[in-house]
This record gives sequence, C-alpha cells and structure tokens, in this order.
Amino acid sequence: MVKQIDMSVNVGGIAMQNPVTVASGTFGYGMEYSQLIDIRHLGAVTVKGVRLQPWPGNKLPRHAEVPGGLVNAIGLQGPGVDRFITDYMPPLQEAGVPVIVNIWGTSEEEYAEVAARLDGVSGVAGVEINVSCPNVKEGGNAFGTDPLLVSSLVRAVRRSTKLPIIPKLAPNVPAIAVFARAAAEAGADALSLINTIPAMVIDVETRRPVLSNIVGGLSGPAIHPVAVKLVWEAAQAVRIPIIAMGGITGPQQALEFMIAGATAVAVGTANFIDPTTALRVIEGIANYCVRHGYSAAREISGTVIVEKSK
Amino acid sequence: MVVYDAIVKRQSQLTAQYYQLILEAPAVAEQARPGQFVHVKVNGLDDAALRRPFSIYNAADGMLAIVYKTVGRGTALLPLLRVGDVLSVIGPLGNGFPEVSADCVPLAIGGGYGVAPLSFLARKSGRRGTLLVGARTENDLLCLDDFEELGWDVMVTTQDGSQGAQGVVTDLLDGWLAKHKDVVPEVFACGPSGMLQAVGERALGAGIKAWLSLDRRMICGVGACLACVQQLRRPDGSEWTGRVCHDGPVFEAREVIW
Ligand SMILES: Cc1cc2nc3c(=O)[nH]c(=O)nc-3n(C[C@H](O)[C@H](O)[C@H](O)COP(=O)(O)OP(=O)(O)OC[C@H]3O[C@@H](n4cnc5c(N)ncnc54)[C@H](O)[C@@H]3O)c2cc1C
Ligand SMILES: Cc1cc2nc3c(=O)[nH]c(=O)nc-3n(C[C@H](O)[C@H](O)[C@H](O)COP(=O)(O)O)c2cc1C
Ligand code: FES
Repeated sequence: MVKQIDMSVNVGGIAMQNPVTVASGTFGYGMEYSQLIDIRHLGAVTVKGVRLQPWPGNKLPRHAEVPGGLVNAIGLQGPGVDRFITDYMPPLQEAGVPVIVNIWGTSEEEYAEVAARLDGVSGVAGVEINVSCPNVKEGGNAFGTDPLLVSSLVRAVRRSTKLPIIPKLAPNVPAIAVFARAAAEAGADALSLINTIPAMVIDVETRRPVLSNIVGGLSGPAIHPVAVKLVWEAAQAVRIPIIAMGGITGPQQALEFMIAGATAVAVGTANFIDPTTALRVIEGIANYCVRHGYSAAREISGTVIVEKSK
Repeated sequence: MVVYDAIVKRQSQLTAQYYQLILEAPAVAEQARPGQFVHVKVNGLDDAALRRPFSIYNAADGMLAIVYKTVGRGTALLPLLRVGDVLSVIGPLGNGFPEVSADCVPLAIGGGYGVAPLSFLARKSGRRGTLLVGARTENDLLCLDDFEELGWDVMVTTQDGSQGAQGVVTDLLDGWLAKHKDVVPEVFACGPSGMLQAVGERALGAGIKAWLSLDRRMICGVGACLACVQQLRRPDGSEWTGRVCHDGPVFEAREVIW
C-alpha cells in the first residue's frame, strides 16, 4: 500500500489539487483537449490570452518547428474578455477545475479593465498577467522589459480585481530578480515564468523569415535549462509562489522547477505532442514523493542543494 | 477522438515517393469518416518534434490506412516502420466531408495525396461518380484502381503529359461541366491550395456545391493553438476565423475567403 501523498498546493490564494497546470496558449480554452484527457485531474487550466476586444492575431505562417522546440507567433488571437466569459467559461465551470485566465492589453487601463471584468466570474480562480508576449507590437514585451512599467501595471491590475494576480515575466531581461521584486512589491500574489524566448527562423532557399511576423517566441525542451535558472533566481528574490514553465516534457523537468523553488508548474508545448504529459507529470511527482519520503508535494519546493565553495 | 498507440500491420511502397501504411487502431478506425485525418507522432524524430497530419485513406475492421508522400524529415522516417512497431496517433480529427446529396452526382477532384481521402469517400458513398485527377507526372498518380473497382469513371491529366492529356485538373473539370449539363454534380476536392481555389471558383461560377479539404500547417490538430486559421464567410456574409484542424479541414467553396 502506497501511503497517500498530499499533492495540493496553494498558489497565491489559488487552491490547486496538485501542482500541475497547463501553459497559456497551449491548451486553448480547456475543452479542446477534453476528449483526450480528463481535464478535471489538472491542478488548474490556464487559458489562452484574452484582451478587452476580439483580436485577429498574426497572418500565417504562425509557427516553425526547430530542433528542440517550436517558434510561434500566433499573435494572441482571441474572442475578447466578454465573449470568453459567455462562450468559453461555462463548460469549464461545469468541469469544476480552477481556471487561470491569461490577460493582455496595450495599456494599463485595458489590462485593469479585463481583470475587473473577470472578477466575480464563477470558476475564475486567478489572473495571469502577460507582460511578456514577444508576438504583438503593442503592449506585451514593451511592459515586460522595464521594471517600472511592470510595477505600475501590476499596481493597476491589483486595484481593479480581488482575484489572485500572477504576472508572467519576460525571460529576456538582464536580471530577473529585479522584475520579480518589482512585481511582488506591486501586489502580485504569485509569479509565472517563463514566457517564450524571442527568436527568428530564416528559410535559406528564399532568404525570407519563415514567420509572417518575422520574429516569434521559442518554446519547448530547448528553453528548459534557461527557465530553470530564471526560476531559481526569482525564487531567491521573492517569497510569493512561482508557477514555472518552459520545456516540460515529463516529471523530470517539472521536478527540477520545483526543486529550484517553484510551487507549481505548467506544461506547454508538450501538450501538442503528447496530450497526456500533464497527467504523467502529476503521477511522476507523486512517485517522486514516495521515493524520497515526502508526504506532501509542496515539500519538494526549494530543496535545491547548492554547496558553497570555500 | 482519442490518442492511441497504433500497431503497424503492413507497409507497402506504391510509387517512388508514395507509401501506404496500415495500422491496427480500432478506437480510431471505428469513428473515422471520409475527410477526417490523424495526427501522427513520427518515431525517431526528437522529443520536441510536432505531430504530422495525414488524411484517413481507409478505415475498416479496426484497421486504419494512410497514404503518404515522402517530402521532409518526418515522412522520410516513416518508411523505416516495421510490422509490430507502435505509432502514436490522435484521431479521427476534423469534420470530414458531408454525405453526398441524394440528387447530386459525386464528382471527386484530387491532386497528389489528395486522392487518398477521396478514395475513402468513394468507398463510403455507395454511389458511383467520377474522379478527376491532376498530377505532376505519372509517378504522382495513385489509388486510381480503388475508384475503378467501385465503378467510378476516372479521368487523368498530368502536367508533363506522361499519362492522360497534358494539363491541369481544372481543364478536366471545365470539360466535364460542359459535357454534363443535364446532371447536378457535387464536388469533393482535396489537393494543393492553388488547385482548390481554382476548383472553388469554377464551382461558384457553375452554381454547384464544392467541398474543399484544405491543407494547412498544424501544431495541435485539435483546435487549441490557432496555428492553422482560415478566414471564412457565413451564409449571411459575416466573416469569422476558423481553425482548419477543428472546423475543417473541409469547407464549402462559398465559405472560404482566399
Ligand atoms: C489535413 C491534412 C491532411 C494531409 N493528408 C496527407 C496525406 O494523406 N498524405 C500525405 O502524404 N500528406 C498529407 N498531408 C501533408 C503532410 O502533413 C505533410 O506532408 C507532412 O506533415 C510533412 O512532414 P515532413 O516532416 O516530412 O516535412 P517537413 O517539411 O520536414 O515538416 C516540417 C513541418 O512542416 C509541416 N508540413 C510540411 N509540409 C506540410 C504540408 N503539406 N501540410 C501540412 N503540414 C506540412 C510538418 O507537419 C512539420 O510540422 C496532409 C496535411 C493536412 C493538413
Ligand atoms: C502556440 C503557443 C501559444 C502561446 N500563447 C500564449 C499566450 O497567449 N499567453 C501567454 O502568456 N503565453 C503564451 N505562450 C507561452 C506559453 O504559455 C509558455 O510560457 C511557453 O511556451 C514556455 O513553455 P513550454 O516550453 O512548455 O511551451 C504560448 C506558447 C505557445 C507555444
Ligand atoms: S493546429 Fe492547432 S488550432 Fe489547428
């Protein structure tokens, strides 16, 4: 008889039955994958980014396969927050799984308004603030690479909603600790990292960029070690919980994140290749707890051993 | 729709670049309809490699068949599959072709591997029709026997004239439409975008229905990632953005905004 492992975690006020969610934009609005896996087993469902109004996204091609990952420039296509609430929330409410809504905008006011409209919507457990999308010219990364803008944006969203707020930080900054602290001091309940890393692919025969948007964001196994380093640094800088993502393909990478200091993890690109990845990760974390004598998954967080050299 | 570990039952080379792969995959085969596709995880590619979409060529008795052309790094590895190997597939995906309308004659139009889903359609339709095929050379012609065995008329054209008349498939279509003014055809087409667009325009001009199976690069195959979007028009004229993998791959010619 395996002893029961307590898998539950609390991410800045979001009670999750286990530490595993899915990364925004890689799981649609949740229901797309519901025939392939039982989404009720996830710790939370994080949905594709929404802004105030419907948004068309970029022209095709929107992606390119590269060794170890994927470069995408979907461009945050979405139905707008109101239609998201009326059309996409009901089945998620029925499934009863906590929903983290990823939001974006081109001004502080827009971010704040989107967050305000989500406040009080049944099933919405938290708001992930995308300050780091490389794929839209306005907003997105423009906020994410200046700590003062991050701070001001997080404050604006903080004032507009009682929901837990989770800024999703840009990886392409000189010192992640500065951004993590700025977000925490501005009232963030948790942090999410990392978003995709700005990237570009060229077709050598035509000498043209493959993506219509010219540049995009790299995700997948290739970015995992980069993400571990950033999560480790951010975890040392702040006390609020971290949702870590970037290149998880199985329990191994998820555990690395937790050991580095993350409270929860998100499976992204791997959903496309093996939709059961998140479920495998949940099982793998439980097995790890058994092997290492932990009675609760949260005991894994921040256990990295870094020997000080003399 | 399921994610399923299929077992390789048989693989045969059809022409220099085309292969037929037969998989045991009852959970997929039972649900499969013509025009739907499967998303295949190619063994031997790196962990991060995306799945590849292939139309369902046939599904019966728990078996699932696809016909593929070797064009890139993924399809180059598929011929290495051996009987008994396990291949992960997600499917059946997409909406597929509708049933042939009762008062119409099915007119299938295909190019290259686009003939594969049309063969499945012919098999399932229970009605005889005509297949118009366009190919670059005689080496790109496949599955024609399937249609002949079902009693379909088959008309062939190749760009180099190596088989049939030299030309493109819309030449055949123009000829067919001119000759058969007494019947109402319903078009089912699959092939390269340029061909589909040309077929769609002819159908609009002739006032007939044409179901076009679009080919778009995909990531997820299930409607989650928005990599494969297509601008579409509703009957009332309003526009919307569909996902070829989930809302398609089959659309009626009037819906598609090229
Ligand atoms: C709905 C649908 C049905 C299809 N049915 C068939 C079929 O029955 N038989 C067949 O031989 N081919 C079919 N294709 C095309 C097939 O998916 C590609 O030939 C295949 O993905 C190429 O993979 P590769 O690794 O060899 O090529 P690479 O060029 O190495 O692939 C690189 C990336 O581009 C994508 N890609 C390349 N060419 C295409 C293409 N033409 N369409 C979509 N994605 C592409 C690949 O999936 C991969 O993600 C279909 C495509 C779609 C969308
Ligand atoms: C196709 C695609 C779409 C994405 N869309 C969003 C998005 O809308 N908002 C967001 O904050 N991140 C988005 N991301 C980033 C992911 O949520 C995640 O941070 C990143 O992909 C790293 O994780 P991974 O390597 O496991 O995919 C997207 C990623 C991909 C691949
Ligand atoms: S391939 Fe992901 S939405 Fe179509």
